[in-house]
Amino acid sequence: MAEGRNIKVDYMARVEGEGALDISIEGNVVKDVKLKIFEPPRFFEAFLRGRSFMESPDITARICGICPVAYQMSAVHAMEDACGVQVTGPLRALRRLLYCGEWIESHVLHIYMLHAPDFLGKHSVVELAAEHPEIIQRGLRLKKTGNEIVALLGGREIHPINVRVGGFYKIPGKREFTELAERLKVARDDALATVEWVKGFHFPDFEQDYEFVCLSHPDEYPFNEGRIISNRGLDITAQEYHDHFAEEHVEHSTALHCRLKARGNYMVGPLARYSLNYDKLSPLAKQAAASAGLGTSCNNQFKSILVRAVEVVYAVDEAIRIIESTERPERPYVDVPARAGTGLASTEAPRGMLHHTYTLDSNGVIEFAQIIPPTSQNQATIENDLRHFIVPRVSLPDADLQWQCEQAVRNYDPCISCSTHFLKLTVDRR
Amino acid sequence: MSTLVIGIGNRDRADDALGLIVIDRLQAAALPGVRLATARGDVLTVLDLFEGTGRVLMVDAMRSGAAPGYILRLDASSGVVKAQLDSFASTHTVNLAEAIELARALGKLPPSLIIFGVEAADFTLGNGLSPAVAAALDDVIGQIREECACTKPH
Repeated sequence: MAEGRNIKVDYMARVEGEGALDISIEGNVVKDVKLKIFEPPRFFEAFLRGRSFMESPDITARICGICPVAYQMSAVHAMEDACGVQVTGPLRALRRLLYCGEWIESHVLHIYMLHAPDFLGKHSVVELAAEHPEIIQRGLRLKKTGNEIVALLGGREIHPINVRVGGFYKIPGKREFTELAERLKVARDDALATVEWVKGFHFPDFEQDYEFVCLSHPDEYPFNEGRIISNRGLDITAQEYHDHFAEEHVEHSTALHCRLKARGNYMVGPLARYSLNYDKLSPLAKQAAASAGLGTSCNNQFKSILVRAVEVVYAVDEAIRIIESTERPERPYVDVPARAGTGLASTEAPRGMLHHTYTLDSNGVIEFAQIIPPTSQNQATIENDLRHFIVPRVSLPDADLQWQCEQAVRNYDPCISCSTHFLKLTVDRR
Repeated sequence: MSTLVIGIGNRDRADDALGLIVIDRLQAAALPGVRLATARGDVLTVLDLFEGTGRVLMVDAMRSGAAPGYILRLDASSGVVKAQLDSFASTHTVNLAEAIELARALGKLPPSLIIFGVEAADFTLGNGLSPAVAAALDDVIGQIREECACTKPH
């Protein structure tokens, strides 16, 4: 009779939010994998109903302390879509700059504080810092530069307050941008050194056949806008989102799982963006990718740490380019008169595509709001990854298997509180 | 020795607002030679605040299993305090204990670091301070002011 076992992680460390992982194994067969998200529902979509469309960037920024800019950007773009206004020129460029700041902050936090300890056999960044203080100092310095972009343009580092529908409330002075660009040039060396550091890690052999979904723009690596594309033929506008994607409730999660109606689960995030937009990276970012041994696409989620490091190089490089090539806009925003209608927008949060849909009445009061965060889109793919990952490793002792499974979840940098959402892991062997 | 008081918390999560309310009240008191700061989401920002400061006092809500309103005073300058500090509430990936131990590992810990924790009853969204924590507010502010007035570190 086959031996059965359960591996349970009741509380998973180094992820954002509250959740658990239950794995049930019978003999050598993985019977069930559940990424359980039990953080209580947060009802942000309900808070938004009855509020003015102008309040949406300030309310949605509160969904996440790590990626508030992503929520603000998807919100303002969706509102502008509903009102028929397009923000162009320097204001559009400055939105991209703000997004660069958030990618640097969020990716560097994940690379240095949350993900690197897995590859180096450490339980936490504190153990890592005790052995290699200079490396962690570099990470903190680099992250701080990201914070500085968000603080300058967003008004403060966490939950920025300077983003408005139509642009910004206030644009900082030219000198402040120039000083920031000088600090970004130091950060560029730190970003390149980060790639050199992580490329020496050992990556489990785990190439998977994913359907990658991300934005694609003809001229730039995607942040704020583009068509929604996949490596299996999807090519739609954000306005067509609901024709192709559907959210469904699963019993073990307070976050809805989002699926492609035609094909089921898919992946959003750095691997998807990199693999479908490699040609839009800056020459320096491409050079860093080549040095890290990455090709023009990457199907191994364990290497997402490398891709994040390359995206940090890109974000720093792009931030410098924007500052050096953008004239300070004459007005901090364009007027966005309210009108009745529905607006949809997807932007690229550090963890992947983030979609917002809103319906407004003629006074701009929000009648309907729907927010589909990247982690809820990735949940089914995370579970799928674990099913395939465990099979060749099923004979490992529970403690080792648990460690590696937790790492496989952290590959996604899941933001469970965004998707509603903490991690506990259980492996059940029978 | 210069003193910096850092209030940690989130105004929108009931008792987690405590650290920030303490700073509001100390601001109104305008204590000479005392600087005030807050950390609202990213606890790692305290590492920058530590730089060049002789003495730091921190105040935060905690969840240790004590009775709501209980005040804990912890000297973090002398040794690893992770076990005691893990009960401090954090809604994010790096908690206060990790931020302090990270500062220690990086040699960035101020010469004196005292942490005041107040046991919380409620961390739900949108609520104000619970009665037990509101009742402990004057007491913890009194203890912090006494500590600020004390020229020698404990």
